[in-house]
Amino acid sequence: MMNADLLLTLPILFPALGIALCALFWSNKNAQRAINLAASIGLLGSAIALMAAVHDGTVLVTRFGNWDAPFGIVFVADMFAAAMVLITGVMAVAVGVYGLAGNIEPKENAFYHLLYQGLLLGVTGAFLTGDIFNLYVWFEIMLISSFGLLALGGTRDQLDAGVKYVTLNLIATTFFLISVAFLYGLTGTLNMADIARVLPTVENQGLVTTIAVMFLMAFGAKAAVFPLFYWLPAAYHTASAPIVAIFAALLTKVGVYAIIRTFTLLFDGDAGYTGPIVAGIAIFTMVTGVLGAASHFDIRRILSFHIISQIGYMLFGIVVATPLAVGGSILYVIHHIVVKANLFLLAGVVNRAGGSFDLKKTGGLYRTMPMLGVLFLIPALSLAGLPPLSGFWSKFTVIKASLDAEHYILAGAGLMVGTLTLYSMVKIWNEAFWKAAPENATAAMQSWQADRRTRLIMLSPIVALACVTLTIGFFAEPFVDFSMRAGAQLLDQSVYIDAVFGPAEQLAEVNP
Amino acid sequence: MEPVFALAFGVMVAVAAYLLMSRNVLRIVLGLLVLGNAANLSIFLAGRLDSRIPPLVPAGETMLVGGANPLPQALILTAIVISFALVAFTVVLFESAHRRLGTLDAEAMREAEPRPAEKSVTEPRRSAPAKVTEHA
Repeated sequence: MMNADLLLTLPILFPALGIALCALFWSNKNAQRAINLAASIGLLGSAIALMAAVHDGTVLVTRFGNWDAPFGIVFVADMFAAAMVLITGVMAVAVGVYGLAGNIEPKENAFYHLLYQGLLLGVTGAFLTGDIFNLYVWFEIMLISSFGLLALGGTRDQLDAGVKYVTLNLIATTFFLISVAFLYGLTGTLNMADIARVLPTVENQGLVTTIAVMFLMAFGAKAAVFPLFYWLPAAYHTASAPIVAIFAALLTKVGVYAIIRTFTLLFDGDAGYTGPIVAGIAIFTMVTGVLGAASHFDIRRILSFHIISQIGYMLFGIVVATPLAVGGSILYVIHHIVVKANLFLLAGVVNRAGGSFDLKKTGGLYRTMPMLGVLFLIPALSLAGLPPLSGFWSKFTVIKASLDAEHYILAGAGLMVGTLTLYSMVKIWNEAFWKAAPENATAAMQSWQADRRTRLIMLSPIVALACVTLTIGFFAEPFVDFSMRAGAQLLDQSVYIDAVFGPAEQLAEVNP
Repeated sequence: MEPVFALAFGVMVAVAAYLLMSRNVLRIVLGLLVLGNAANLSIFLAGRLDSRIPPLVPAGETMLVGGANPLPQALILTAIVISFALVAFTVVLFESAHRRLGTLDAEAMREAEPRPAEKSVTEPRRSAPAKVTEHA
């Protein structure tokens, strides 16, 4: 049994080491590949160890430099944070393996591996930190890495996408920084547990609500909610398959994580005011996302809009704020990360084997590769929420929770959007798999079938992630149970606060 | 003193918002820069401006008495470094976008999201059948 300090620092130590080593071996592609994979596996291993330590409901805390709680930076892992770190580890390995197929060939030497580990570092740090300013720093690490990954190829469309992505994201993080400053001015502390303790005692509760809405805007832009999502469909479809898969898996989910964390821990007081706002945001996010997807014919653009649409479901927990709803949101995030990344990986295969990301220029994949069709249907139907796949259980939980709390419009919108999601998935199926192959696609198919190694590398992570989806679907009980307990833990702030500050008598002496 | 700084913060955010709404990417960079500095000013303000004594703990003491709040200064230092790096990256990105796309107008940068009318121009000839009807 490792101690808490080690358990909490290892998940960020592996990517940090990965960055340093990748920089050292910057001229050697094979060494970088090995380092990337080793660091990702290290992250996954440490995440499993972390999960083993917190799955029973304990909250682990480490204080850097041994400074007492409100003064130094703390790392905190509760069940939600540990689950997010674990899923990050799974994605890191799956997409890392997929990236070995050389989809990023001309760009691989341009620090792809280094930036990949940088992204993982930022994301993991954001999940684990218990300090709001530190969260800002992790956000920036994540952002600068994603900027680099997006602009890696330096093609015309990537540069265009980069301009919009960088601008809108920089505005959002600066807004986040201003919100942090205001919160600090109000409470005099940056430690999230301490802020949670001080906020209810602030005299001017109107200001607290204002700051809550500022945080909602800052994190909402990160999470790509309506109407702040424009950077996502402008940018995602220009990156290559493994890069966009890891973006889709992690970037927006950090925003969702930050929303759920701040609105359960810090701003839980005035749900009567922020609740309807978030409900409106969630509905519009779901509807605009799914309609945007229906209008496109590039697989990557369809899937990008579906990311937005699905973010709406993850906000159900904040709107309804019952343990069932928050648990449902957590389950939704976990299910969605696996399914969405898998769909983007499959899009890469469709591009390789079918010749194009554009549905109009590809087809006939079911005739030549029936098994690929099955592999596509698992995440696609799961995304739409068909039983017995993972999407069904997560949709079922959030919609049941909203019906229980009499949020009928929200639940109705959720059900309708599920149907429209199915429409987009059927469109991809019809176009890429059933339609007869256009003549220009045969060359791509021949080179795909000739290259056994590439096929193996690209398909094995897809199969693995499909197995995860099936596992969540057929053995839903432990996953649902875990999410419910994690949700209940989130809604009881005292668990988090007590873990950070330790025993109560120590508390009085620190804050007289 | 604080109202003056608060006013300066407001003016800076307004200037940044004005610049960011411009279509010229050069102005957008300047807007990001001003916005970043406005954020730094807001951190400084949040730490209160009531003391001008340097935050040094005298020898033999363990508590800081009457000094300025040192925490915002540490935060601002961090934020300055981060925003410097990000703006440097942004300038390089915008410059290479300018060089490759031949325009500074953000509105004219439609490479990633071409308008439907432009699509037939940018796409290769062979793939432009008159109208592809949606498959039911």
